[in-house]
Amino acid sequence: MLEIKNLSARIGDKDILRGVTLSVPDGEIHAIMGPNGAGKSTLSYVLSGREGYEVTGGEVIYNGQDILALTPEARAAAGMFLAFQYPVELPGVGNANFLRTALNAVRRARGEAELDAVAFLKLARAALKNLSMQDDMLKRNVNVGFSGGEKKRNEVLQMALLQPGLAILDETDSGLDIDALKIVAEGVNALRSPAFSALVITHYQRLLDYIVPDKVHVLAAGRIVRSGGPELALELEAHGYAGLEVA
Amino acid sequence: MSATVETRDTVETLTADKYKYGFTTDIAMEEFPKGLNEDIVRLISAKKNEPDWLLAWRLKAFALWRKLEEPAWAHITHPPISYDELYYYAAPSGPAPKSLEEVDPALLDMYEKLGIPLNERAALAGVAVDAVFDSVSVATTFRETLAKAGVIFCPISEAVREHPELVRKYLGSVVPIGDNFFAALNAAVFSDGSFVYIPKGVRCPMELSTYFRINARNTGQFERTLIIADEGASVSYLEGCTAPQRDENQLHAAVVELVALDEAKIKYSTVQNWYPGDAEGKGGIYNFVTKRGACRGRNSKISWTQVETGSAITWKYPSCVLQGDGSVGEFYSVALTHNHQQADTGTKMVHIGRNTTSTIISKGISAGHSNNTYRGLVKIMPNASGARNYTQCDSLLIGDQCGAHTVPYIESRNASAKVEHEATTSKIAEDQLFYCRSRGLSEEDAVGLIVNGFCKDVLKELPMEFAVEAQKLLAVSLEGSVG
Amino acid sequence: MTALPTQRLESWRYTDLRALGAMSFAEAPAAFPPPELPDIAAPRLVFVNGLFDAASSAALPFARAFLPVAEADELPLARINAEQARDGMTLEIPAGVDAGVVLLVCHASGGALHLRHRVTLGAGAALTLLEVVKGEGVYWHNPVTDIALGQGARLAHYRLQDESREAFHLATIRADVAADAAYESFTAVLGAKLSRAEFHVELSGPKAHTHLNAAQLLGDSQHGDFTSVVRHRAPDCGSRQTVKSVLSDAARGVFQGRIEVERVAQKTDGYQMSQALLLSPAAEMDIKPELRIFADDVKCSHGATIGALDEEQVFYLRSRGIPEEMARAMLVRAFLTEALEPVTHEEAHALFEAAIAAWWSGK
Repeated sequence: MLEIKNLSARIGDKDILRGVTLSVPDGEIHAIMGPNGAGKSTLSYVLSGREGYEVTGGEVIYNGQDILALTPEARAAAGMFLAFQYPVELPGVGNANFLRTALNAVRRARGEAELDAVAFLKLARAALKNLSMQDDMLKRNVNVGFSGGEKKRNEVLQMALLQPGLAILDETDSGLDIDALKIVAEGVNALRSPAFSALVITHYQRLLDYIVPDKVHVLAAGRIVRSGGPELALELEAHGYAGLEVA
Repeated sequence: MSATVETRDTVETLTADKYKYGFTTDIAMEEFPKGLNEDIVRLISAKKNEPDWLLAWRLKAFALWRKLEEPAWAHITHPPISYDELYYYAAPSGPAPKSLEEVDPALLDMYEKLGIPLNERAALAGVAVDAVFDSVSVATTFRETLAKAGVIFCPISEAVREHPELVRKYLGSVVPIGDNFFAALNAAVFSDGSFVYIPKGVRCPMELSTYFRINARNTGQFERTLIIADEGASVSYLEGCTAPQRDENQLHAAVVELVALDEAKIKYSTVQNWYPGDAEGKGGIYNFVTKRGACRGRNSKISWTQVETGSAITWKYPSCVLQGDGSVGEFYSVALTHNHQQADTGTKMVHIGRNTTSTIISKGISAGHSNNTYRGLVKIMPNASGARNYTQCDSLLIGDQCGAHTVPYIESRNASAKVEHEATTSKIAEDQLFYCRSRGLSEEDAVGLIVNGFCKDVLKELPMEFAVEAQKLLAVSLEGSVG
Repeated sequence: MTALPTQRLESWRYTDLRALGAMSFAEAPAAFPPPELPDIAAPRLVFVNGLFDAASSAALPFARAFLPVAEADELPLARINAEQARDGMTLEIPAGVDAGVVLLVCHASGGALHLRHRVTLGAGAALTLLEVVKGEGVYWHNPVTDIALGQGARLAHYRLQDESREAFHLATIRADVAADAAYESFTAVLGAKLSRAEFHVELSGPKAHTHLNAAQLLGDSQHGDFTSVVRHRAPDCGSRQTVKSVLSDAARGVFQGRIEVERVAQKTDGYQMSQALLLSPAAEMDIKPELRIFADDVKCSHGATIGALDEEQVFYLRSRGIPEEMARAMLVRAFLTEALEPVTHEEAHALFEAAIAAWWSGK
């Protein structure tokens, strides 16, 4: 269960989040929609602990733990996963090495046994197959020379391996064609379980055709201005975000 | 490229005559005795009715110059320059003209011929011109229009008399008198040049331009330009230069100082087309120039753009000292050398303030027997947190008798700074040439086209009138180079 | 003794030898416990405090007796070496012979050591030379290595410079590479208070090739200078160079790399990349990559970057659960990958990996 209570944050002296309150019960998928500049990406970065964002108020509780004091890696170990809008390229870092290092770091932190190279490879190959991805993905450097779609699929692959309890998808649909979008959505849907929840951040309704949310929230000017069922997304698609700030 | 030897031969015979600014102007001149000593320095100062402080400044520079040595680090060679065989002052004789009407018609004709009409009715709209002929400024146009905006644009000799407080405050504050051999020489004997002051908050209403012309034989030209943009001011300044075709080499040792205060912007563009010498390397200007801008104020910006096609030797490094936090320095350069020309040019970007940024784009083209060197320094000082530099240096070789050299110095003493440098050297790709020719272009035209494309990132920084001129100049300068 | 070069010489502008000039070195101690040798099964030549240590070395059919240096020298340090050299390795690999791996180990504990090594490969010969220099205490190591590669010969030259942190290390390596021959080189710079590795590679026959890489990992107030001149003197030659510097504390790194292309050297392919990571505010890097080109049908490029670790990358790794220190180590190791490319020999590669890992954990 993720509980965001009156969360405020700023970058430099610019306030971006102005009291966001939201809770995502286990087993549910919530969508956050909103116009450009509403604070959607800031919310995902604050939740995952990126530097440069100053939390000025409120708290974030995940599974009973205040996560704002945790390092990014501790949040990952606690089961949170951010799928980046722009996955970072890591020249010189092999994807397999990266995935195994990450997986074992998380397993270690959770008190689980580390995987040896053989066990890891077996796991990774199975995950690749589920996502219709080629094995050579493992040999390449992380995201280097990947197409937009490949980068997003690589994010989903990481998610499949790390098995998070909470996934935050930051505009994962941007720059994806319809086939890639379906693969990403299937990857998320495959994780659905009573122990898994997700925050799907998106500008467009399109992704929500494939990942059907339990709830939709509208973020505007740093606050949640409306919440509703999946039908809210369709309404936004039809009428746009105009006028929402005053709602 | 089998046809090229022939093309080269035909065109090369023509090349020597291609310098269309090579004529001389016959006009009664006053010259000081040749040679350089304290008396000449005193004579220049007296001729200009200069205040004592300026004479003292010149004499100090002269004393320093005598102790300095000609710099030897550049990739250039030339026979020793006999400083005692030069004339240090030459000016049209008679009293200085008080207005355009009083300027010798022969001089006005000459500037017409150079395409720089000084008559305001005929002049390019929106460009004010200061015309410097050998050692003196002969005319400055549009002075009234500028005066209304509070802009001061006049010969520096006049500024010494009319605005002594500004000159005294800023002269030598960016390029100190002992900065280098040629700067010291200039400080001792500079005769004229342009002075610009843009007051607080003023955006200069027109482009300012100085046109330098060396005419007299065996005469050095030592002009000095000082441009100050006060807080929030902005100005775009253009500089052009030509000289007659002579068999002897002539020395040009100018100093340009720019000062930008808080939020001020100065854009300085040069099309340098001094006489380059003939196809055998005889004659041509020795161009030893010190240009430097100080971004003293917060968020100030100095941008240098240069197209260097002339001179037998070019030795210049227009630089930016980025003192103010958030200040920006830019250097865009095209240097083209042909025949026996030698160019050693580039820039220095010294990052002192926080979050300072600099961009360097340099395009060097070498043809004939020429040597073309990019030499640059990017220095990040310990306090320049968040500083950024991006440098791109490309060289193009045309023919197998020339040289292209790249000598960057990159020094970083701040971990939060980010410096990136890229350089390439190549020749014009055969397939590009072939493609153009299969569409009906002659080889020469194709080369001209490709070279202009190679220089596009720099040319687009030039003011419109200059950009067109520069493109033509590149094509003309390259004639006979294909091979 | 010939005077040490000063910073007034353009090629020495970033490295100040006055501290070395102020030292006086006593005669090197004769006895020294035998050095720990890398665990690689290969014939080895061991020099201790500047002299051949037959007891620690294995007999090698290609080794020849040392001959004093006859020729004069233009480079000041090589001239000093020529005046002082008393010993060094002389290897002559006959034409067509693949001599496999040879280990050269130089160990020091004091004195001024001017070893003169000579490596000659006949036409079509091959050799992998793994050079390890180590020591304890204060000394000055000033080795000169002269390499001549015959037509089609191949020398892989891997150097691990892990001198005492109090030592001065100034190495000069010169290689003449004939037609179709290849000089593949990698240097890891970890040790010495002040070090310089100066390479002069002459590609003197058509299709000669060199790979001239380095990784400098420096901390404290170490000064590491990697200087190279690659001269293309024949057509169709290639040179590739990747130099990576990782600087922590108040370390200072220098890279000066010149590619020269002579008029005859058409179709030259020259590439050079120099990158530095500054891990602490007091670190400093100076780079001078230089192209001097007199032939037109060439493809030459160089690039240089100086900056800190990319915090976006660090965050990305951390967001996947990788602890910060491990994330940084991974990124630094990744940064070095391209430099290690020429090290194709597995055991040598492992040796460098271990040295890099040890540096990181001891940093």
